[in-house]
Amino acid sequence: MTTIDLSQMKAGQTGKIMSFDGGRGLVKRLESMGIRCGVQITKVSGQIMRGPIIVRVGNTQVAIGFGMARKILVGID
Amino acid sequence: MQVKKILLVGNPNVGKSVIFSRLTGVSVIASNYPGTTVEFCRGCVGSGENKIDVVDVPGTYGLDPTSPAEKVAVEMLDKAIDEKNSIAINVVDATNLERNLNLTLQLLKKNIPVIIVLNLWDEAKHIGISIEVEKLQKILGVPVIPTVAITGEGVKTMVDRLQEAKKGKYLYENAERWHEIGNIVERVQVIRHKHHTLTERLSDLTVHPWTGIPIAIGVMYVVFTIIRFIGEGLIGYIFEPLFEKLWLPIMMAFSRVLGSQGIIHNILIGQLIDGEIDFGQSFGLLTTGLFVPIAAVLPYIVAFYLVLSFLEDSGYLPRLAVLLDKLMHSVGLHGMAIVPMMLGLGCNVPGALGTRVLESKRERFIAATLMAIAIPCMAQIAMIFGLIGKYGARGLFPVFGTLFVVWFVFGILMNLVIKGESPEIFTEIPPYRFPYFGALLKKLWMRIKWFLKEAIPFVLLGVLVVNLLHSLGIIEFFGKIAAPIITKLMGLPLEAVGALIIGFLRKDLAVGMLAPLGLSLKQLIIASVVLTMYFPCVATFAILLKELGIIDMIKAAVIMIVSAFLVGSILNLLL
Repeated sequence: MTTIDLSQMKAGQTGKIMSFDGGRGLVKRLESMGIRCGVQITKVSGQIMRGPIIVRVGNTQVAIGFGMARKILVGID
Repeated sequence: MQVKKILLVGNPNVGKSVIFSRLTGVSVIASNYPGTTVEFCRGCVGSGENKIDVVDVPGTYGLDPTSPAEKVAVEMLDKAIDEKNSIAINVVDATNLERNLNLTLQLLKKNIPVIIVLNLWDEAKHIGISIEVEKLQKILGVPVIPTVAITGEGVKTMVDRLQEAKKGKYLYENAERWHEIGNIVERVQVIRHKHHTLTERLSDLTVHPWTGIPIAIGVMYVVFTIIRFIGEGLIGYIFEPLFEKLWLPIMMAFSRVLGSQGIIHNILIGQLIDGEIDFGQSFGLLTTGLFVPIAAVLPYIVAFYLVLSFLEDSGYLPRLAVLLDKLMHSVGLHGMAIVPMMLGLGCNVPGALGTRVLESKRERFIAATLMAIAIPCMAQIAMIFGLIGKYGARGLFPVFGTLFVVWFVFGILMNLVIKGESPEIFTEIPPYRFPYFGALLKKLWMRIKWFLKEAIPFVLLGVLVVNLLHSLGIIEFFGKIAAPIITKLMGLPLEAVGALIIGFLRKDLAVGMLAPLGLSLKQLIIASVVLTMYFPCVATFAILLKELGIIDMIKAAVIMIVSAFLVGSILNLLL
């Protein structure tokens, strides 16, 4: 398994969230939307020119800014 | 216990506002995107001794008092706990049980009786999620009621069971919260294998850049075509004939009774043009004063809000926000700023309130200023269509094209000058939902009622003021003072100053005042742009003052006035 950040994932790819490269505030914000360590995350789409990334976690889709997405580390098989 | 107060608490976009409307009968705007309720709403049920206050708390994902977004909800909750006899209805999105339980477990630790509502129950069933209500009720120790708020299903049961609300007894360590949630969900929820539904496929297509951007351009084109089609249709086939065939003869007879002249005639009927009443130019209270809001503007208001409501309720707006995020970042905002901009196209007042979906003070200032400068409201747009529409794109494109350039250039400038950075977009993308027709019509009707209540008095007041200013010679007086700017720099006639004065009361009426001046197309374009930019109308001004504070409002006003005259002068040179 390799670990990459969310922005490096391809649209449609699924992985498992390994860790966050950010402070407590960021982790809390992500967690409140269900984005937390150990859960499955699927990248739905990424906009061109480092635009926001849409992911699916459980039954929720969330749009995340590119900078924030780079702080989410995902393990891929 | 005698319940005195109910707080509706829940994640954003789970249907709290719909439940609020069902409970209280008070109509509030509900949509399919997070953050529709920016100002909390109050209402009540019952009367006398049994009266219960109901508060619709803005949506929150948690109850962490250190998070600015969650602070409001925490404060309202703490206040209700102090007041005693309060209960909380926790509205939970049944299609997202796990994420929603995060708030629920935090709420259960508060010293307030709770009742849980599993809303969107039909949608959960539809996508193959089943939740064992009895079991969940037993685990959490508080009543759990499935509902479909939009159709009213389960709402009566909820009301009947309000008395059963209990304080939470579910004990857990905060650090273990997600672990506990995982356990609960595993015990009560079963997800059957589900197919990729049509709406999900549509959802994917609208957020992938290569398909999403062409679709967005198509959607916007269709939106504006429909608005013009409905607006022009209503004016041409219903409202204008109504005024010309029905109201005109009555007014002509009334005019003759009044002797066709004199002060009272001029105020009520206005000036006769070649012995006839002209609804666009006479400027009497009963002629132009009624014609402008009802026949010229209302049709476009109906058309615009019908389409906007559809966009809001379907769930397309957050997707548009994602596609436009990059563009918005160049003006210091993020994608969700599309919400106040779209609302501002209807009326700048809800647009200014809508800036609250943005996180920082800097963003709210930029968004509010940009909206007030460069986004004309639908009332004004309708009048511009009426005035310039006959020239087609040759007339309309310079007006709206200039406004877009102004929006963009001033946005970039403000982003450079104002310190701070723009936060990134971080928002839930709700599933597409087919708008519920009854709710859509109700929302449309609320907005039309609001328009009529706000617009007609101000337009009538505006007409009265115009007549007074004219007869007292004040417009001529100001015209002479402002002559260097108005005539020399912007190439407009002196009388245009009257429109600038009235524009503070109502922008639509101000555009209407240009009609009798016999302006050239170039002058009409300059006047329309300047009228949009130079200052917000009084209703918007009042809201902006409240939202921005006096210092920032002065800053915004200086930017508006300077930029309006600057752009007016440039257009005069270029065109």
